[in-house]
Amino acid sequence: MLTRTRDQVSGGMDSVRDRWARASRWERWVVYVALIVAALLLPSQTIGAFMTPQSDWPTVLFYPIGIYILLAIGLNVVVGQAGLLDLGYVAFFAIGGYMMAVVGTKFGWSFWEVLVVGVVASALSGIVLGAPTLRLRGDYLAIVTLGFGEIVRKVAENTDYIGGPRGIAGIPHPPNLTEFEMFGVRPLRYGVLDPRPYYYLLVFIIVLTIIFAKRLENSRVGRSWSAIREDEDAAELMGVPTFKFKLAAFAIGASIGGAAGVVWASKVISIIPANFPFILSATILAAVVLGGSGNIPGVMLGAFLIAWLPERFRALQDYRVLAFGAVLVLMMILRPEGLLPSKRRKAELAEGGGGSGHLGAEVAAPVADSEPETTVGTR
Amino acid sequence: MFENLINQFWPATVDGLSLGAIYALVALGYTMVYGVLRLINFAHSEIFMIGTVAALFTVTTIGVSAPLSGLALIGMLILLAVVGMLVAGASAVALEYVAYRPLRRRGAGRLAALISAIGASLFLQQLFALLVIPRLFDRPQQGGRLPVQSPDWVERSDVISIGDFVVRNDKLLIIIAAVLMMVALDQFVRRTKLGRGIRATAQDPETAVLMGVNIDRIVTATFAIGGAMAGVAAALYLMRFESTHFFVGFLLGIKAFTAAVLGGIGNLRGALVGGFALGLIELYGSVLFGSEWRDVVAFSVLVLVLMFRPSGILGESLQRARA
Repeated sequence: MLTRTRDQVSGGMDSVRDRWARASRWERWVVYVALIVAALLLPSQTIGAFMTPQSDWPTVLFYPIGIYILLAIGLNVVVGQAGLLDLGYVAFFAIGGYMMAVVGTKFGWSFWEVLVVGVVASALSGIVLGAPTLRLRGDYLAIVTLGFGEIVRKVAENTDYIGGPRGIAGIPHPPNLTEFEMFGVRPLRYGVLDPRPYYYLLVFIIVLTIIFAKRLENSRVGRSWSAIREDEDAAELMGVPTFKFKLAAFAIGASIGGAAGVVWASKVISIIPANFPFILSATILAAVVLGGSGNIPGVMLGAFLIAWLPERFRALQDYRVLAFGAVLVLMMILRPEGLLPSKRRKAELAEGGGGSGHLGAEVAAPVADSEPETTVGTR
Repeated sequence: MFENLINQFWPATVDGLSLGAIYALVALGYTMVYGVLRLINFAHSEIFMIGTVAALFTVTTIGVSAPLSGLALIGMLILLAVVGMLVAGASAVALEYVAYRPLRRRGAGRLAALISAIGASLFLQQLFALLVIPRLFDRPQQGGRLPVQSPDWVERSDVISIGDFVVRNDKLLIIIAAVLMMVALDQFVRRTKLGRGIRATAQDPETAVLMGVNIDRIVTATFAIGGAMAGVAAALYLMRFESTHFFVGFLLGIKAFTAAVLGGIGNLRGALVGGFALGLIELYGSVLFGSEWRDVVAFSVLVLVLMFRPSGILGESLQRARA
């Protein structure tokens, strides 16, 4: 019965996907604009009463929901598109955040200037991390990136110039552009009380990022990433400069993470190393995988759910991480391709080998019956 | 800076070796599972934690009137090691059955297995923090996250002296115990049928099946043995630190994995070499740079090894008889 419902849902989604593929440009633009308008209208009190009755909905929309969505899109470039296992993504978020903090407080630069600096710095750190390690096999890369994430956090903790364990406070907000008021909100005034301007800023950045990521996906770069993800050796043989493109994926993913860090730091005003633990990397990775990696709507949905559900069920506060762990295991057992897998992903999984190309399991699945050891086994 | 190291050389060496011994035993679990399944068992750190909780519970339940020394200490240590082996080994088998076997059946890929492992790790941490530790040690639920102290059961005495410096009994015991367990495991893998099965599966699973090896049983055995080794490490850890808490596995697990990679993943002797090497590097680094940089030193070792010699010191091989 469970399989039948699952197939019905997949069938439904497939027909939506087909309809979308056949839609004309004009029709798609209507949907995009409608989605953006809906996003801008989201922080209303009525919606908030349902979505997060126990916390402030506009604040939650910014963090964790919005930030997780941006981080998931960034990590999706690395994990979903290029197929590189990254367990230390939080390091780039931290680098962006600390860039905003240090350059904002000690050098007095303004938000937009720091955003550029932060993105460049994160991209550079992605290159620095990637250059020596991207030659490694999938699992090793995962552990190295985990190590790197912890190194960044520890260095932040131990370096007094950037505040040590107490971090940096007094980070400047983005500059107020106008006092223009609309529907009772001043959307371009970044004060202390109203989270909505930050949310609108984040929506703006997320839209830009989606456009950027989508463009990449459909370009030569994106196709090379798919080739690398499915079979790196074959890609290399076909003339794809795999190392360069893997490095590019790392750098681009890192720069998106850094941008998220800059935006977040300028809202929360003070940051400490403990804001960037490993579990945040694991959470974003979970968002990407649970949503359906490789596919932007999927990872956005995954990030949204992972960010929103714990806030919605705050009553079970203590059991949040326990439930999270259980959900991860269950999802992998029941639906490893995620909630909204891309068509390509489904095809890859159907091929066998786990849908991560050459990263797939190398040990044969267990034999269905147990056989006595004395006979020669059959599969 | 370097005078520090010269002055502290022997204490740092002994401390490093005893820390490394614990890393080595935990590393065995990582290296065996990786050798057979090509899977990083992220939740192995929690298996270790479960072992420490079991050992601590045993000590608390038995109750000691005074800190033990000599034969009594060794006896208690053996008891705790056995308890640890049984509980941790069983937990590891259960973990495999719940979190990894269904994925193997479906042919799910590495990423799915990694996510499942992370989920299992988080689940176990929280399970112990919220339910097991408060119940076992009779404390309110909020207290589940706090460290649990064991009664003081180890009488620390000095055993051997090297110049001015004396080696404490607990550190020496840890080193000896780890080496003994390693030798035992090495013999087991080389001489028994099950050991051959493990090596065969690590080398070529498909041919192993053709030769009559039951992969399911091998995988179960691998997890059980890796878990048992972690259980021994747990008992030794308890002797040295006399406390535990729900998060104790996280950092130790990553370092133990580093040790496994350092020695050569999939290589049993590599786990021993890697463990001791990492322990020494960590302690010397701590003396040279200050103890707050310890973890950075350990992680940097990981990154450097993977950059320059990813096959590790002894190279990867569970399958060769020399492994």
